[in-house]
Amino acid sequence: MREPWKSFHDFFVSLKLTVVLMALSIVLVFWATLAQVQLGIWAVQEKFFRTFFVLEHIPNTDIPVPVFPGGYFIGGLLLINLVVAHISRFKLTWRKSGIFLTHLGLIVLLLGELFTGLWQEEYQMRLDEGETKNYSESYRFNELAIIETTDPEFDDVVVIPEKLLARGAEVQHPRLPFRVVPRLYYPNAALQLREAGQPANTPVPVNRDIGTRLQTIPLPLTYKLNERNLPTAFIELIGPDGSLGTWQVSPQLLQPQAFTYAGRQWRIALRFERHYKPYALTLLKFSHDRYAGTDIPKNFSSRVRLTTPDGADDREILIFMNNPLRYGGLTFYQAGFDNNDRTTILQIVRNPSWTLPYIACALMSVGLLAQFCISLAGFIDKRVIKTAAKS
Amino acid sequence: MKRHLPLIILALGAVWLLASLRERAPETEFDVNGFGRLPVLVNGRIKPMDTVARSSLLQLQGRQRVATPEGETLAPIEWLLEVQFRPEKADALRTFEIVHPDLLTLFNLTMADGDGKKRFSYLQLEKQIPELERQSRLAQPLDPQARSPFQRAVVQLHANLVLYHQLKHSLMMPGAPDFLGELMRFQAMLPLGIEAVRARQAGEPFDERAFNALIELGQRYDFLSASSHLLPVPPAAGADPTAWKNTGRALLDTLETGAIDAHVLAYAGLGHAWQRNQPEQFNTIIGLYRTELAKTLAPRLKKTDVETRFNSAQPFYTSTILYVLALLLALGSWLKWPDILGRSAFWITALAFIATTAGIATRMWLEGRPPVTNLYSSALFVGWGSVGLCLILEAIYKNAMASAAAGLTGFCCLIIAHNLSLSGDTLEMMRAVLDSNFWLATHVIIITIGYSATFLAGALAMIYVLRGTLTASLDRATADAITRMVYGIICFATLFSLVGTVLGGIWADQSWGRFWGWDPKENGALIIVLWCAIILHARWGGLVKQRGLMNLAIFGNIVTSWSWFGTNMLGVGLHSYGFMDAAFWWLSAFIASQLAIIALGSLPLASWRSFRPAA
Repeated sequence: MREPWKSFHDFFVSLKLTVVLMALSIVLVFWATLAQVQLGIWAVQEKFFRTFFVLEHIPNTDIPVPVFPGGYFIGGLLLINLVVAHISRFKLTWRKSGIFLTHLGLIVLLLGELFTGLWQEEYQMRLDEGETKNYSESYRFNELAIIETTDPEFDDVVVIPEKLLARGAEVQHPRLPFRVVPRLYYPNAALQLREAGQPANTPVPVNRDIGTRLQTIPLPLTYKLNERNLPTAFIELIGPDGSLGTWQVSPQLLQPQAFTYAGRQWRIALRFERHYKPYALTLLKFSHDRYAGTDIPKNFSSRVRLTTPDGADDREILIFMNNPLRYGGLTFYQAGFDNNDRTTILQIVRNPSWTLPYIACALMSVGLLAQFCISLAGFIDKRVIKTAAKS
Repeated sequence: MKRHLPLIILALGAVWLLASLRERAPETEFDVNGFGRLPVLVNGRIKPMDTVARSSLLQLQGRQRVATPEGETLAPIEWLLEVQFRPEKADALRTFEIVHPDLLTLFNLTMADGDGKKRFSYLQLEKQIPELERQSRLAQPLDPQARSPFQRAVVQLHANLVLYHQLKHSLMMPGAPDFLGELMRFQAMLPLGIEAVRARQAGEPFDERAFNALIELGQRYDFLSASSHLLPVPPAAGADPTAWKNTGRALLDTLETGAIDAHVLAYAGLGHAWQRNQPEQFNTIIGLYRTELAKTLAPRLKKTDVETRFNSAQPFYTSTILYVLALLLALGSWLKWPDILGRSAFWITALAFIATTAGIATRMWLEGRPPVTNLYSSALFVGWGSVGLCLILEAIYKNAMASAAAGLTGFCCLIIAHNLSLSGDTLEMMRAVLDSNFWLATHVIIITIGYSATFLAGALAMIYVLRGTLTASLDRATADAITRMVYGIICFATLFSLVGTVLGGIWADQSWGRFWGWDPKENGALIIVLWCAIILHARWGGLVKQRGLMNLAIFGNIVTSWSWFGTNMLGVGLHSYGFMDAAFWWLSAFIASQLAIIALGSLPLASWRSFRPAA
């Protein structure tokens, strides 16, 4: 029993393992960088880093095959390697203190990246001048919203994630007096108004509202950072007495489509996935300065007003490049602008483990500096001895 | 005598360096240097005319010198004067570089028609410009990366012609036989014309001739204003200091002020004197105009004066030559007179280092920024950093190894910088996202020093391998010394790359709320850190010995060049099949050369010429 345990132990503490793992991670990072050209930054993170294995499909099939260890696998083994090596090999001496601290920082950094991968969320908020919003929107995911507006006091909203539409899953929700049946779904499509007399080109007939006049042009998925996929779905609503009709929905159709059923008013829309906040932001003014005589942006900034329903917060804030707003565990930073400088685009990030990299940095900086000084001192000592010996 | 050689070489180098600071007297009687120092606002920055001339020429034809058909050489500022004041003469100068054969065919030209087989005049291109514009319209909608080499050449040449057109329209209307006279007539007719316009607006009878004449001139100056990006007219005292105007705009404003702008008149006067070959008049106007400008723009004039001097001193060009000299002296020292030639190499390196330091410092002062703001300045700084490290190493080890490495890296980095400067003015304005002096001064500098160190370790290792395999001159003691140097520099590189990368993460977290985003540049930095860590751990674990360490350090060159340039090319080389950007070929060639040296270094010791047991 002793022997296998020892070889197991030796394997995990060996420097050889460290070197091999680091070499593998270089290959992984390099490969992922190249893959970004085709897949875009989000898909690459899922495929290479937030996974135990990099999967590739066998050509012309849907069968995935692991071809390379993924980020979790390499990172996890590195973590084990680091921790075990520290426990079993390092004796905390003054000479090794720098190295010890550096590696401790590295452990924290690896953990921080793991937690970030698990918990970090990013959204966007587009605000026109004067507009107030109390929600942000995902810039990758969409949702089908069915809103009952019968009561003028409040809306009753049911949202269905895009995933279910893509799968064609039928949804029966207790708050809806009808079933929601996705008939057709394109993950990215352009919509055009159909010319009179031109037949629809899609297999599912739409018989309600604007969709009856639209032509749908399916597009390949885009992975570019500055473009987003705009899906369209054909939704049939079926009540106990039969079909209410089929609607075509898309985030490109800015207005929700209204209808009446069983004496109640409804609206239906496919929209960017929303995340409501317990506070609201109003864009007061967006400014965009350019360098004289050029189109090079010198700075852009948004003056916003932050208000909470309880009135505890009501203040003006200036968000500009390198100066985000941090509020309620979220970071709002100036990401872009649109609409002839009248619309601001704020990026919103939630990262609960944001302190870990800072702790890691502090540990590593101190460690590296200490190690560097210790080595330098040793080197100078040696030179002094050598020179003394020569003379 | 032999003993004093290093000092003599140092003195000669210093004299040569100082001589480059002296302003070269022009060959004409015109005070063209004075004209070159006049300030204009272009691309968001106030710069001297001289810089406009030089960066325009670099963009148009890849060099600053202009050859006339008569075989004479024009200074950049003389060329600019011709373009602005005597375009009919400038049109005949061959300053447009065209190398793509299909583009030459488009203009019905052959290589033989060009100066140096690749430079052509505006007159040679003029007839086919409509066709070029059509081709450019076809290429414009495409992503820059998706364009074919021909389309890239079309778009580039089109941009160059636009630049030339803008320069021609920057100070006066090209083709006007007497622009100064025209302005005088404009001034004289202004009261009548304005009255006619007012009367017409009020529905009263008006002087139709005066009205038409004014409208015609208004349209003419509107066209002039739309045709130029160069803003030579400074704002009035107390106005927004960035509100400079171009000539056409300033003339249009005459309709409101009633008097023609003095700056426009001064330039028209200069043009008048230049066209009629009246140097005294030209020089007098320059003198008067400068005195006038100095009243409101004295601090600006100081900067443009220094920048003009900096342009003509060309400290980076001088340093390039000194680095070659240092490399040769260091190589020579391994064959003969190790002490004397070695010390000479050290002093020449130090001299070149001083020149680059002065150059970088001047750029920093001009820009009011930390040293690294774009790819060009990063190339300068990488070279500067590794040469600085070399000077320290050489002071300790005194075996000319570090001087050789300094010559090599310094020379290569300056050559890279030169090629990066061909795209225009290298003192660009910072885009909003980068506009943070604090992070530019910390993250960017530290990470760039990390590049310097990895390249230096790679250069030392290359010298080790080449000297060891190809010559018998590498002895045990020197080999051990190089190993210690490489190891020390790798430790240094690890420290700086890691700290720089982590600082970058903090900047990202401060600005964007996320520490790490896996974008190509971040990944490149991470790979450098990992590679340095691999080298150190492999060394500590005894996985590699001396030669292994050298090969790993040489591979570090590849890793660093990928992070530095490769990540910027991702959109280029890999996207558009069948075409690689010129820089991509250079990067590939560099990587191939490094792999070849690694292969050489992996030869069994028996095949090395050094380290052979005495037979």
